[in-house]
Amino acid sequence: MELPFFYLFSAGIVITSLFMITRSNVIHAALLLVLTFFFLAGLFVLAGAEFLAAVQVLIYSGGIMVLYLFSIMLMNVQVAVRIRQWHRQRFFAILILLVLGFEIWSVLGKGVFPKMKVWPWKLGATPGNVEALGSVLYTKFVFPFEVVSILLLASMIGAIVLAKKKIDS
Amino acid sequence: MHEIEESNSKIQTSTVTGTEEFVVNMGPQHPSTHGVLRVILHLEGETVTDLDCDIGYLHRGTEKIGENITYSMFMPYTDRLDYIAAPSNNLAWVTAVEKFFDWEIPIRANYIRSMIAEFSRIASHLLWLATHALDIGAMTVFLWCFREREMVLDLFETAFGGRLTVNAFRLGGLEQDVPEKFLTLAQEFIDIFPSRIQDYETLLTNNRIWIQRTRGVGIISGEDAVDFGLTGPLLRASGVNYDLRRAKPYAAYPFLDFVVPTGENGDIYDRYIVRIEELRQSVKVIQQCLDQLPVGPVSCKTPRTIKPPIGEIYHSIENPKGEFGFYIVSDGSEAPYRVRIRPPSFINLAALKKLCMGELVADVVAIIGSIDIVLGECDR
Amino acid sequence: MDIVTEALIAFIKIAVVLAVVSLVVAYLTYLERKIIAHIQMRLGPMRVGWHGLLQPIADGLKLFLKEDIIPAKSDKIVFILAPIMVLVPAFVVYSVLPFSENFYITQVNIGLFLILAISSLGVFGIVMAGWASNSKYSLLGALRSAAQMLSYEIFLGFALIGPLMLAGSLNMQKIVEAQSGGWFVFYQPLAFIVFFIAALAETNRVPFDLPEAETELVAGFHTEYSGMKFAFFFLAEYANIMVVSTVGITLFFGGWMGIPGIPLPGFVWFVLKLATMIFVFIWLRATLPRYRYDQLMRIGWKFMFPLVLINIFLTGLIKYLFL
Repeated sequence: MELPFFYLFSAGIVITSLFMITRSNVIHAALLLVLTFFFLAGLFVLAGAEFLAAVQVLIYSGGIMVLYLFSIMLMNVQVAVRIRQWHRQRFFAILILLVLGFEIWSVLGKGVFPKMKVWPWKLGATPGNVEALGSVLYTKFVFPFEVVSILLLASMIGAIVLAKKKIDS
Repeated sequence: MHEIEESNSKIQTSTVTGTEEFVVNMGPQHPSTHGVLRVILHLEGETVTDLDCDIGYLHRGTEKIGENITYSMFMPYTDRLDYIAAPSNNLAWVTAVEKFFDWEIPIRANYIRSMIAEFSRIASHLLWLATHALDIGAMTVFLWCFREREMVLDLFETAFGGRLTVNAFRLGGLEQDVPEKFLTLAQEFIDIFPSRIQDYETLLTNNRIWIQRTRGVGIISGEDAVDFGLTGPLLRASGVNYDLRRAKPYAAYPFLDFVVPTGENGDIYDRYIVRIEELRQSVKVIQQCLDQLPVGPVSCKTPRTIKPPIGEIYHSIENPKGEFGFYIVSDGSEAPYRVRIRPPSFINLAALKKLCMGELVADVVAIIGSIDIVLGECDR
Repeated sequence: MDIVTEALIAFIKIAVVLAVVSLVVAYLTYLERKIIAHIQMRLGPMRVGWHGLLQPIADGLKLFLKEDIIPAKSDKIVFILAPIMVLVPAFVVYSVLPFSENFYITQVNIGLFLILAISSLGVFGIVMAGWASNSKYSLLGALRSAAQMLSYEIFLGFALIGPLMLAGSLNMQKIVEAQSGGWFVFYQPLAFIVFFIAALAETNRVPFDLPEAETELVAGFHTEYSGMKFAFFFLAEYANIMVVSTVGITLFFGGWMGIPGIPLPGFVWFVLKLATMIFVFIWLRATLPRYRYDQLMRIGWKFMFPLVLINIFLTGLIKYLFL
C-alpha cells in the first residue's frame, strides 16, 4: 500500500526540484519549491512521522516560503528573467556533482542509515509521535536544541542590526 | 573587459532588487476619492513621500456660461456646483446679486433662506459623515446617515419640488411661500434628529479604533490653515474661530443664536467633532427659525429684467464646506461681464499635500474624506 | 472491513461534508447580508424567493455565467492557480474537524496541528493572486495580507497552546472530551480573547479587513478577478470563517458537548455554537471601523504576543504546581 505512494512522492520531489532549478522566473521556482516540500511532507507521513510532516508544511511552506515570496515579489521579475542564468561554471558544477555523487553513493552503499538506532518516533510507547518527539527533544537533545535556538536568535538579531544600519544610512 | 562585465551585472542587479519609488495612481475611478479626483501617490513602503492632485475631470465651464446668460438664468447652474448642498449655492448667488441693489428682502424670506441653508448643511454633513465613515470602514454609519439625508431631501422636495438640484431661491426672495406641510415635516425632523446624531456618535466618537485612525492624523496648525486659505470646518478644527455667518452675517443669521464650534489640534478627529457639533447647531438654528418665522410676503418687488449697475461685487457665505463666494463684474447689461466662483473645495484641497506628507496610504483616504470635497464645485 | 469499503465510506463522508459545507458557505453570505441589513435598518435581499432565500443560488449562477477576465499582462498560470490555492486548503481542513461525537471524516493524532499547517497555505493563494495580477493595488493588498496573516498565525497558534496544555492532546476529539469537566474558555479566558482577535485578522474580517480594504486598495489582492475565480476567494473566506469558528468552539466551548441537563444531540449543540460564533463575526463587521496597517501590527506584536506568552507561562506554572 505504501510503496506506490512512496514512488509517487519521490518522483514528485525529483521532478519539481528539477523544474525548480531550471525556471528562469523566480516566482515560479519558489512555487515549485513549495510543491517539493509538499511531496517531502508526504514522505514523512509514509515514514510515520506525521508531526514532522505537519511541521514541514507549516514552517517551510507556510512560513519560510511565504517570506521568500514576499521579498521576491518586490523584485522586478521581468528584468530578472532576462538575466543570463549560466555563468560559465559548467566545469565546476560537473566537478562538484561528481564529488557529491560519489559521496552519496558511498554512504548509501555502506548502508549507514539502517544502523542508526534512535528513530525518534520509535522511542515512545504511544503511536502519537508528538510526545515522543517532545520528550526526546527536551531530555536527550536538550543541549543541541538550546544551542540551535541561540544560534537562530543571534542570526535574527544580526539580520535586524544589518537591516537597520542600511535604513539609517 | 572584466570590469565592464562586472559593472554591467551591477546595473542589472540594481534594477532587479534596487529600491524604486512605488507610484500609485489613485483615481479618478477610485472609490474613495469622492468623485473624479485623481491623486498620484509616491510611496516609500506605505508612507507617502510625494503627492500630486490632478483635478479638472468635472470641469464644465460654469464661470464662462455665467457670462452668456442672465442673472436669473444662472441660478440652476449654481445647483450643480456643490450638488450635495445645492440650496446653499443658490443662497450665495442670490445674496451676491442682491448686493448690487437696495431691495428690501422680506424677513420671512430671509428666515426661510436661513432655514433651508441649514438643512442643506445637514444634508452635506450627513453625506460627509456617511462617506468618511465608510472610508475608514464603518459601514453602518453610512446607511444610517443616508436614512436621515433622505428625510432632508424629502423636505426639499416638499418645499421646492426638486431633491438634489432644487433651484430654491429667486432674486428678491422666494418663488412662492413654502407649504404648511413643509413646516410640520421640518419640525418632525428636528425633533428626531438629535437622537440620530447621538446614534452616530455612539458608533464613532468614543470608538477606540475610530480615535486611533483619526486622532493625530492629517494635522494642520491654525496659522498654516489661514495661510492656505482654508475655510469652513477645516479651518475651525484648527482652532480659528471664523464663520461667515458670524463674521459677515447674511439672510436671517443676525437674529439667530448659535455657537461656532472650534477644535484644538486640527486633526481628522477634530474635524469630525466640529462637523458633528455643527449638525447640532444647525438643528438649533432651524428650531429658532421655525419658532420665530414671521408671516408676510416672501418676495419683494423686482424689475422684470435685472440689470445691475456697472461695477463689481464680491459676496461670500458660509457653505457647509467653507467660504463659498461669487465675484461678479457687471457691465450694466442683462448678463454679467464676468462671474468668478470661489469654491471652498478647490482651495481646501490645495492643502492635501501638506496634510498627507509622511502619512500612510490608509490615512490619505481618511484625509481626503476629512477635507470634504465636492468635485462639482472644485472643477466648476 | 476491507480496504475498498473503508475507502468507500470515507469517500461518502467527504462528499457529504463537501456538499454541506459548500451550501452552508453559500448561505453564510445570505446570512451576513440579512443580519447586516437589519442592523442598518434595511431589509437586505427580498426579491429572489421567500425573503430572498434563493439569493445565494442566483448569485452563484450569475458568477458562473460571468465573463472570466484574465488580464493580458498577468502571469496566466499563477493567476489561474491562485484562487484554487486559496480554496483547497480551506476545504481540506474540514477533514479533521469534529462535527459531533461520531461524525467526522477522520481522526488524526495531530489534528489541530494539521489544521494550522493546512490553513497556513491559504496565504500562498493570496500572494500568488496579488503578484500574478500585475497590478499595483493587488500587489499592495497581497503584501499587506501576507504580513498580516503570517503574524496573526503566530498569535493564533500560541493562543491555542494554553488549552492544548490542559487537554494534553492534539486530537480534536480528545480535546472535546477533555472539556467534560468544564469548557476551557473558563480556564483560559486570556487565550480565548487573543484567539478571537487573531481569528478575525486571520480571516480578514473587520476590523482587520485591510487586505481587501475596498476604500483604500479598491479590493486588494482580488481586484483583477472576476466570475468564478472571484467567487472562489469569497467561498474560501467564508469557509475559513467556519473553520476558525469550529476550532474556537472545539477548543474553548466544548465542541459538540452540550450543557448538562439539556438533552440535545451533539450535532445540534455544535450548530448552535457555530451559529453564535459566526453571528458575532458578522455583528462586528456591522459595527467597527477598520484598523490601519501599522496599528494592526502594533496590536499584534506589542500587545497580543506578550499576552499569549504570559498565558502559556501561567498555564504551565499552575499545571506544574497544582495539577
